[in-house]
Amino acid sequence: MSSLPWLTVIGLVPLLGALVLAALPRGAHYLHKMVALGTSLVVLVLTIAMCAAFDPAGDRFQFVQAYDWIPAFGVQYAVGADGIALVLIALIAVLVPVVILASWHDADAPLAAHVAGAPATSARVSSTAGGGAGADAEPAPAPKRGVRTFFALVLVLETMMIGVFAATDVFLFYVFFEAMLLPMYFLIGLYGGPRRSYAAMKFLLYSLAGGLLMLAAVIGLYVVSASQGEGTFAFERLTELEISTPVQIALFSGFFIAFAIKAPLFPFHTWLPDAGAESPVGGAVLLVGVLDKVGTFGFLRYCLPLFPEASRILGPYIIVLCVIGILYGALLAMGQKDLKRLISYTSVAHFGFIGLGIFAFTTQGQTGAVLYMVNHGLSTGALFLVAGFLIARGRSRLIPDYSGVAALAPILAGTFLLAGLSSLALPGLSTFISEFLVLIGTFSRYPVAAVLAALGVILAAIYILLAYQRTMQGTLRLPSGLTTIKDLHLREVLAVAPLLALMIFLGFYPKPLTDVVNPAVDATMQDAGRSDPAPTQGRGETAAPAR
Amino acid sequence: MPVEIQSPALAYAPVAPLLLVFAAALISVLVEAFVPASSRRVVQIWVCAVGLVLALAAVILLAGTEELTFSGAIAVDGPALFLQGTLAVLGLAAILLLSERSLDSSGGAVVARAAVLPGSREDAVLAEATEVQTEIYPLALFSLGGMMLFTACNNLLLMFVALEVLSLPLYLMAGLARRRRLLSQEAAVKYFLLGAFASAFFMYGVALLYGYAGSVDLGDIFAATGTAGTNDALLFVGLAMLAVGLLFKVGAVPFQAWTPDVYQGSPTPVTALMAACTKIAAFGALLRVLYVGFGRTEWDWRPMMWGIAILTMVVGAVLAVTQTDVKRMLAYSSVAHTGFILVGVIALSPQGLSGTLFYLLAYGFTTLASFAVVTLVRDSSGEATHLSQWAGLGRKSPLVAGTFAFFLAALAGIPLTSGFMAKFAVFAAGVDGGATALVIVGVVASAVTAFFYARVVVLMFFSEPPLDGPTVAVPSGFTAGTIALGLAVSVLLGVLPQPVLDLADNAAQFIY
Repeated sequence: MSSLPWLTVIGLVPLLGALVLAALPRGAHYLHKMVALGTSLVVLVLTIAMCAAFDPAGDRFQFVQAYDWIPAFGVQYAVGADGIALVLIALIAVLVPVVILASWHDADAPLAAHVAGAPATSARVSSTAGGGAGADAEPAPAPKRGVRTFFALVLVLETMMIGVFAATDVFLFYVFFEAMLLPMYFLIGLYGGPRRSYAAMKFLLYSLAGGLLMLAAVIGLYVVSASQGEGTFAFERLTELEISTPVQIALFSGFFIAFAIKAPLFPFHTWLPDAGAESPVGGAVLLVGVLDKVGTFGFLRYCLPLFPEASRILGPYIIVLCVIGILYGALLAMGQKDLKRLISYTSVAHFGFIGLGIFAFTTQGQTGAVLYMVNHGLSTGALFLVAGFLIARGRSRLIPDYSGVAALAPILAGTFLLAGLSSLALPGLSTFISEFLVLIGTFSRYPVAAVLAALGVILAAIYILLAYQRTMQGTLRLPSGLTTIKDLHLREVLAVAPLLALMIFLGFYPKPLTDVVNPAVDATMQDAGRSDPAPTQGRGETAAPAR
Repeated sequence: MPVEIQSPALAYAPVAPLLLVFAAALISVLVEAFVPASSRRVVQIWVCAVGLVLALAAVILLAGTEELTFSGAIAVDGPALFLQGTLAVLGLAAILLLSERSLDSSGGAVVARAAVLPGSREDAVLAEATEVQTEIYPLALFSLGGMMLFTACNNLLLMFVALEVLSLPLYLMAGLARRRRLLSQEAAVKYFLLGAFASAFFMYGVALLYGYAGSVDLGDIFAATGTAGTNDALLFVGLAMLAVGLLFKVGAVPFQAWTPDVYQGSPTPVTALMAACTKIAAFGALLRVLYVGFGRTEWDWRPMMWGIAILTMVVGAVLAVTQTDVKRMLAYSSVAHTGFILVGVIALSPQGLSGTLFYLLAYGFTTLASFAVVTLVRDSSGEATHLSQWAGLGRKSPLVAGTFAFFLAALAGIPLTSGFMAKFAVFAAGVDGGATALVIVGVVASAVTAFFYARVVVLMFFSEPPLDGPTVAVPSGFTAGTIALGLAVSVLLGVLPQPVLDLADNAAQFIY
């Protein structure tokens, strides 16, 4: 069973789905949606089967495949999943069908749901020419282009995201890391809000600039490996290199900045609120839920094991950045009027927690960080979806435009509350466990940082509950022109329910996750040459065992 | 007493590609003279195609040859054959672009009577006329022949001859645009004047180097650099002068000033030829001069080339940001790419050489095809090259806009395109050769170039088309085939570059 090339198959299925979409006739929207949904469900089923086949007690990397791709550079097509990559791939497999279901009408004609009940015809008008724009009195916020393109982009993005986590060759990882930008860029630029081209450009340039710095570091790594034998990009061979400390710091910086932009850590975060707010809801879920995780995943997979010495030296500074991010992100979130910007800023704070867990160099902290990556994908994904449902109804992203929505739409309000509580890490929900682990793990090495980060937990309660209270409670007020709001219908409930169910399930029973993640974290700690601080010591550095 | 004349050793087989192209050029001249006007175009296309395909076949048959011939003046070796083969294919593609008749209402991109004064009554008549001349074909063939010779010259005097053979027809061709005659004539004059200056510098450098080494053979110059008691001032000044001539042709800063004007004014197919082929040929000559003639004096020229590479990358990338014309933007982008290629040249290693060869091939196809796309977007006055006119192109013609976006991605060096592999090859060689700082400048400049490429994508896909915007003309098989070829090469080299990398690796050995 394990001989089946799981990762390659799972990665290729969405790409094939996208090709099928491209071959289908232009107008058949319902068919496009069904094909996209079907493809993503096939991926989900395959991923569940793969997770079942994963042996937590087995090798670190499983489902390994390696073929020479570009022997001239020593590049291999090499994939394999450790526990960390596995849970993140599983997260992708869960989120994509949810996103497709939730974005069912997002790519249809602008204003269609609001103005008239015939989305199909309006979509046809807008797809033929710019003529549709004149029909509406108010300027269309975002001329939508093509249902087929939207879902094809989502599927291509899924392939890239799976590839980036599955790659065990640094070159291959870089290829996916950069190529993944393009579908996201088009998702934001073609289907986003009013300032979509600004946001798309900002997203692309930030990511590309970081990516190119990483390219320089990748090349440097290759040259170092070539000087110590054969030039290679294979992850496990690279961890065995002896790199001098100054070179480590230089290469680490190249990788770190790329990942810090992607994650995003303070002060590299400024693109996220724009991209998060302007992208379509489905895009935002994938962007914040998965794409940004590549940054934190990169810290764990590449920065620490490849450059242990540099990580040890620079770690404390990064901890400072993370703590600033937690507090600053939370404070900015509180001040936002735009619901989607608010959620984006909460993510800045959450990524601070993840970074804290990673760079605290404790098993608990890193396990917590990995769990946090998954749980943040679920909770923020749900929050974005519910916010998207509300925005689709009210056609406004501004919090002050809404009040007392709970009276009209109790299910909407309930899911919003649940997703929000998960975001603030209420015990019983999955995010609590990860946040708790991160804080414990950090405390044993950096108690001050842990205490400051704990303040972020309180701030999170404020910004989430405040947003809930302002929009859902109180006297009824809706954006001008609306008298009523419909509650969630079946499709929307189906989209968001799996996320909520998983949050509750993993909140009470996180063992399936921790079983898989723990060995991978242990291996990472070992690669990085760090061990947990001895309990008696309580604070300060422990000597790293020589490798 | 009778002077004894030694007959030079001439081997014709190794120079067969050159002979075939020059023969085709001569036949092409005869065709101009003797074939009736009505059937000239078809005959000319066939002459060009047969000549270049045969030249490519000869290159393939010669693969692996390493031979000095014509008394050591011509070196037939890996780099020469690799670049000659590339030039044959790209040259043919450029000639197919020149042969396109279905885009411009009056037929062809080339004016019939170039000497008519712009703005005069005759010019107005000419603009409406549908007459077509075909002298562009022999010009293009001679230029291509000169380029192919340029990459194989082991002798500086012959290199000068090749430089003139490739340049003179280009000066003329730059002035032949059917539309916007004034710009085109300006381009021709500028190119000619500056090019003549550069040639003079080159010639002066050759003279000084002859004074230094007592020979114009690159092998002899290399030998002279190893002996004591030579006059180093002659060497340095001579090399600097020589470099001016060559760096002018590759479009490196500070000798890039002609690039935007000439690229903009020339007929777009000619621009494509210049951007792809001239750059390849000039880099071939530059590589040979630096690697063969001055391989031992790298400490003398490397600092200078470092400075030029950094300037070229930064100036090209930054100035491209401010451009509002597609052709000018591509011109500055070509300047930036010259800088990237120089990183590979400076590495002065087999990896640097093979990386540069690979880059030249990849870049040639991508840039040629991008200019081919530019010929498709037209309004009533000809090509619509102002960037604002490209707004919303993605909605009017997703296929053309998508193809162009892919070429831009390749130029920006996004993974899974040829541009990425090429950039990786030269940057890896650069770091390996100790030019880490140069590579860091390179990646920062790449990020800047990504900005203006992405801006065009934003315009095409995320903006509304203007009401009186240009239309996308439907090309014949000539242009469509060229674009398809460029697309195929850009994709293939991005996904499966190994065969071509092997080819470049095997070719990366100069002889002298």
